[in-house]
Amino acid sequence: MSSVMGMPVARSSEGPWRLGWRRLRRDHVAMWSLAITLLFIFIMLASYTGLIARNWNAEVAASYAEPTFDKVTNTDIHSPIGIQRPEAGPPVDISDIDPLAPRYQEWRERTAKIQAVQAAQAVRLPLGADQWGHDVLAKTIKGSEISITVGIVAALLAVFVGTALGALAGYFGGWIDTLLEWLYNVLTSLPYILLILAVAAVFSRGFTTIIMILGLTGWTGIYRLIRAEYLKHTDRAYVRAAQALGASHASRMFRHILPNVSHVILVQFSQNVVGFIKAEVILSFLGLGVPVDMVSWGTILAETQEELVLGKWWQLVAAGGSMAILVTAISMLTDAMRDALDPKLQE
Amino acid sequence: MSHTEPLLQVQSLRVDFVSRNSAPIQAVKEVSFDIAARQCLALVGESGSGKSVTATSILRLLPRTAQIAAHSHINFMGRDLLKLNTHQLRDLRGKDISMVFQDPMSSLNPVFTVGAQIAESLQLHLRLSYRQAMNRAVELLNEVGILKPALRINSHPHELSGGQQQRVMIALAIACQPKLLIADEPTTALDVTVQKQILELLLRLREQQGMAMLFITHDLGLVREVADQVVVMQQGEVREQNNTEALFSAPQHPYTKALLACRPRLNARPQRLPVVDDFINGTVASITGERQRGTHPQDAIALEVKDLCKTFTLKTGLFKQEQLRVLQGISLQLPRGKTLGVVGESGSGKSTTALTLLRLMKADSGQVLFAGKDLLTLDDKEMLAMRRRIQIVFQNPYASLNPRFTVAQLLLEPMLIHGVGADTQARLQLAETMLQRVGLPATALQRYPHEFSGGQRQRIAIARCLVIQPEVLILDEAVSALDVSVQAQVLNLLQDLQDEFGLSYIFISHDLSVVKHISDRVLVMQEGKVVETADSDELYRAPKTDYTRALLAAIPGQL
Repeated sequence: MSSVMGMPVARSSEGPWRLGWRRLRRDHVAMWSLAITLLFIFIMLASYTGLIARNWNAEVAASYAEPTFDKVTNTDIHSPIGIQRPEAGPPVDISDIDPLAPRYQEWRERTAKIQAVQAAQAVRLPLGADQWGHDVLAKTIKGSEISITVGIVAALLAVFVGTALGALAGYFGGWIDTLLEWLYNVLTSLPYILLILAVAAVFSRGFTTIIMILGLTGWTGIYRLIRAEYLKHTDRAYVRAAQALGASHASRMFRHILPNVSHVILVQFSQNVVGFIKAEVILSFLGLGVPVDMVSWGTILAETQEELVLGKWWQLVAAGGSMAILVTAISMLTDAMRDALDPKLQE
Repeated sequence: MSHTEPLLQVQSLRVDFVSRNSAPIQAVKEVSFDIAARQCLALVGESGSGKSVTATSILRLLPRTAQIAAHSHINFMGRDLLKLNTHQLRDLRGKDISMVFQDPMSSLNPVFTVGAQIAESLQLHLRLSYRQAMNRAVELLNEVGILKPALRINSHPHELSGGQQQRVMIALAIACQPKLLIADEPTTALDVTVQKQILELLLRLREQQGMAMLFITHDLGLVREVADQVVVMQQGEVREQNNTEALFSAPQHPYTKALLACRPRLNARPQRLPVVDDFINGTVASITGERQRGTHPQDAIALEVKDLCKTFTLKTGLFKQEQLRVLQGISLQLPRGKTLGVVGESGSGKSTTALTLLRLMKADSGQVLFAGKDLLTLDDKEMLAMRRRIQIVFQNPYASLNPRFTVAQLLLEPMLIHGVGADTQARLQLAETMLQRVGLPATALQRYPHEFSGGQRQRIAIARCLVIQPEVLILDEAVSALDVSVQAQVLNLLQDLQDEFGLSYIFISHDLSVVKHISDRVLVMQEGKVVETADSDELYRAPKTDYTRALLAAIPGQL
């Protein structure tokens, strides 16, 4: 006690974020989850910029080519086959009787100039091929683009709406709180899927629509949590102290309280990402998701229901597996982040 | 000490807290003491001294990270407690040795009635039937002084007041007539008058049941009333050990001397409270002279409150409401450059007064006159200007500083709001000056609040007020959460600042000795009313109301 005037000089100053990061780094599961999540995002970005999986739409294999874990060898690949031309018979001049004869001549000349070559078609691919001979690996990578983007953007939107409304309700209370609680109650009293279907039916199909649907219906959970946090923090001494110093409402809400509830927001964000990736899959599966010319994990899974009957399981495994791995990684990461960032758990 | 075998013998107890990532922390270092049967031993020390760890090691209630060294022994009635297995320990806990904790609210299980909780222990240890146990519970509640015990056994903990809850805890602890009762700060969370009752109860029960008691406290005043033997601990080590009379009349260790001296007393008011450093450096003698306090009728008034009222509406049922009149016409005058002490028990409305007069809580009616204006009727913009001139320091420095701000951010914020200082450079300069003024180095600016001790944090909170140069400072239990030695330092600092800047203080506290030390004038509150106001010397010498007399009589450790 005698050293109150002295300072603990040895330790360098550490903010709550850096402290949280330090704690997170000690957690092996968290670091693996983070690595997996980053890998997915990296692959998604590579696909987005066209570095990989650009030609996912090409028919590179035979229909339903089987997956293999062996190296794909040359013997597996069909040799290029030229289109069979009809044998040239003895020339018969029928131009007198056939009005189309000059045309035939012209067409023959024209086809002679073209050498139609069918591309090499693999009978086996690492993750197999779908009905049209698309490479499932490339397709899954391409599909991650929409699934992950929808997950992240919709979660951002939901978190933004939920945080803003939750902060307003919890901080001000009174009629604002009552109003927002009514809205919350009405929204949550409707079955979630029904709500999504209703909104989806009103808007046209498309990428932005899905994001809007998920974002505008998915904010309720985070709203409730943030409201509770704000209710708790508004009466805390440090907020009172800020008020006594003359800090404005906005400053107290966002400069003071928000960083102290940020761990809740962060965790909710990643949980929403997980939920929305799944929701996109469900929507696309139900045919309310992305348009037919695009591919997402949801559309892949929608295709698989017929394939499964034929015993073609590899698309399901590819899309379902990637989704499961990513979702699990994000969930584990989220769990670890909550522990690492919660100020209550600080040593 | 005596030829008979002591009841409890703690021999070179050493407890380390180990963690995976840092060096072990030595919480208790080679502590030894004996407790004879029927004796009361007090473990005294400030936070972090290892007194609670010592006590919890006896019952082996330590967290998993704690390790007791192999050479330590705790002998209780001929058995080494450290060698007992879980089953034997469970038999012992609550039966031969029981414990009373500091916070009764969190020690009682909120979902069970108090009767059920007492009966559980009786059924477990004494193998009584449920009916017998319940009957015994009623007797026990009667014994600890709870009125209408037959009705009260069906109460849930939240239906009881803090003092009653602690009585239930004590009933629970003595249910099986233990040989040793460990009381860990049993009265710290209670009001002075209740504290006195609980202490009397403990002493009476000790006499009746013939138990020994290990009494853990930070308050030397209490020790004098309860203990036969005292062990003073600091930083995990025993500094001094003696019988109570000898320790109080002739303390040997400088730390003990400091602890005794740094607590404000009712019969003296030194210019400055001696602190631990004074005793270690031998500069105590330099503190001479008494400080004169009091007010004159012609003193200029800095702040005046007239007839302040505040009512809380409590929901008591689905449609029922109850009006709780927290403030019933509070009036007070704060003379310029003086300190107005506000005392009263919890629930008397002290803090509500502070919050409403600052408009941190909305008042129902009344006036707060400051600089010729009524603060309660100002619009937001005018009020903002006034906020610079009246500041508040809260009780808990752990809660009142935003944990996500650095000290620099904390100190700069009020300056930015009120436009103090030309640019960031000038503001940082001022922040640095004020930090040094409250006794912290400039390097503190880049740190976060969690890196500081309680006393240091309270200094930061004070510095944060000082940067905008207020005229009135409201100190709402500002030193109550601090250890006595740190409390003395902060009280000295507050006095220095008042002398230097001519600040006027409203000093709210439940601690009457501290209020006597720092205040010129004292206001006594009870249940939302002012029951007495007088100059501090006069109030303590000749209290006019029964309530004030009761409060003063309850101050522990008086001669």
